[in-house]
Amino acid sequence: MIRESLTGSRIRERRVIAGLKQADLARQIGISASYLNLIEHNRRRIGGKLLLNIAHVLGVEPSALTEGAEAALIASLREAANDVGMGVAEVERVEEFAGRFPGWAEVLAGAHRRVLSLERTVETLSDRLTHDPQLATSMHEVLSTAAAIRSAASILADGTNISPDWQARFHANIDQDSRRLADSAKALVTYLDANPEETAHASPQEEVDAFLDAHGHGFDGLEAGTQSVDEVLAQAPQLASVAAQHLARQVLGQIEADARAVNREKLAEALEDTGMDPVALAQRFGVSVARILRRLAAQPGTQRGLVVSDRAGSLVFRRPVEGFSIPRFGACCPLWPLFQVLMHPGQVLRERVQQQGRRVATFDCFAVAEPVGPAQYNAPQLVHATMLILPVNAPDQGQTAGRPVGSTCRVCPRELCAGRREPSILSVGF
Amino acid sequence: MDKHVLLVEDEVNIIEAMSFLLKREGWRVDTHSDGATAVSAIRDARPDLVVLDYMLPGKSGIAILTELRALPDFATLPVLMLTARGQSRDREEAERAGVNRFMTKPFSNTEVLNAVRDLVRG
Repeated sequence: MIRESLTGSRIRERRVIAGLKQADLARQIGISASYLNLIEHNRRRIGGKLLLNIAHVLGVEPSALTEGAEAALIASLREAANDVGMGVAEVERVEEFAGRFPGWAEVLAGAHRRVLSLERTVETLSDRLTHDPQLATSMHEVLSTAAAIRSAASILADGTNISPDWQARFHANIDQDSRRLADSAKALVTYLDANPEETAHASPQEEVDAFLDAHGHGFDGLEAGTQSVDEVLAQAPQLASVAAQHLARQVLGQIEADARAVNREKLAEALEDTGMDPVALAQRFGVSVARILRRLAAQPGTQRGLVVSDRAGSLVFRRPVEGFSIPRFGACCPLWPLFQVLMHPGQVLRERVQQQGRRVATFDCFAVAEPVGPAQYNAPQLVHATMLILPVNAPDQGQTAGRPVGSTCRVCPRELCAGRREPSILSVGF
Repeated sequence: MDKHVLLVEDEVNIIEAMSFLLKREGWRVDTHSDGATAVSAIRDARPDLVVLDYMLPGKSGIAILTELRALPDFATLPVLMLTARGQSRDREEAERAGVNRFMTKPFSNTEVLNAVRDLVRG
């Protein structure tokens, strides 16, 4: 009963995610906006054909609107079926399967989630082995010391006459290197065994990302103007390095300035009028499109991702969203709209993309590149590109599935891509 | 005249052991430890063979090799690269840059000496 009574809330949530105005959805299903408003506030019961029509327009299973948990189970089962290339006819019986064998369905869905989680771990470890500078340096130290010991020991053991001076020298070297090897190995084990929270941060940017994640990317005190950036930083002992504190100060300063320029509640109201139209919202608030994209990503209770890149292609900000894989290390896919707009500052790009990988997921992206820093004569123009990432649950029939893009070459299955920089571990392994 | 090898490596005890081995085999050995100045050291020394570490302070072995191969006089100079990184893509990267032989640490003395002999025999 409780689940059913929240059907209206789920419709509203799905509509907002789909970027539809209330009036647009109402028109498409043939009811008035005021009646839809009552439904969305759970003040009118809904079922039958009207529910089916709404589900169709929103591109979701009707059960996703009436039954939260069951919908998640069915979605997991569908993903599992699609991953192994199960036939359409079988996939269509997923609800029947879940209904007849709920226990087995939970087991299967749980195993699928576990596989996805392990795959993410493999990707992370692979990234870490490749790009973690501390790990690479430690391994180099251990193996180089081992090489020196092996070489000196072989010289002593090969039976050739060696002068006493050289013998003493190689003995001393082996003694010195064996102690160094013991220390290096111990340090390496300590590093690998340490708390994952501590070792996960290979760079100051990672420290800042973890700090923002821990706060859900939301800072109510900054939004309300009741807290300063310094006060937020004073309560962030996890920002250990000076570089991370510097980066966090920049990010928090941006959040504070954005909040002053575009009030959160007013943005929610405006969104009701305009729908997901960043250009219209930017005009309405008299701010840049990039600022609107940042504010849209910061709206509480929404599933929206945001990435910001500088002109060299380095990500200077990342707010992840479920399903859109953003590499922790190394370069991103150059096909992202984020990088297309770097060539055309000021142009706003709206594009549907389909990120390829173990899971294929569709997203609507808005991207814009805008200058940063004050204008100067004859100085290189610095630019930041900003991209808002909105999940698309199920594209409507007749709509494009989205331009294929990847995450990073290491985990991208698009073998023939002209932008490939290195082989994928999905095809060639490690 | 003795064959001449330039050993570009920053691990002091590896330098010492390899220098000893190569000299005992009749090579004339010079050493250099700084990646940033390695290319000019190779140009000045004009050795018959370079043994090059992958990870050096100042500039990576790959960058040094790439610069070297762009110089007409050194396009075919035999280069043996030593590395603590054994992943296949590192080897591919080194091969693309023009390495003649790629050896993973910790190597054996016999492997190094055999490789050096092979490379100079050409």
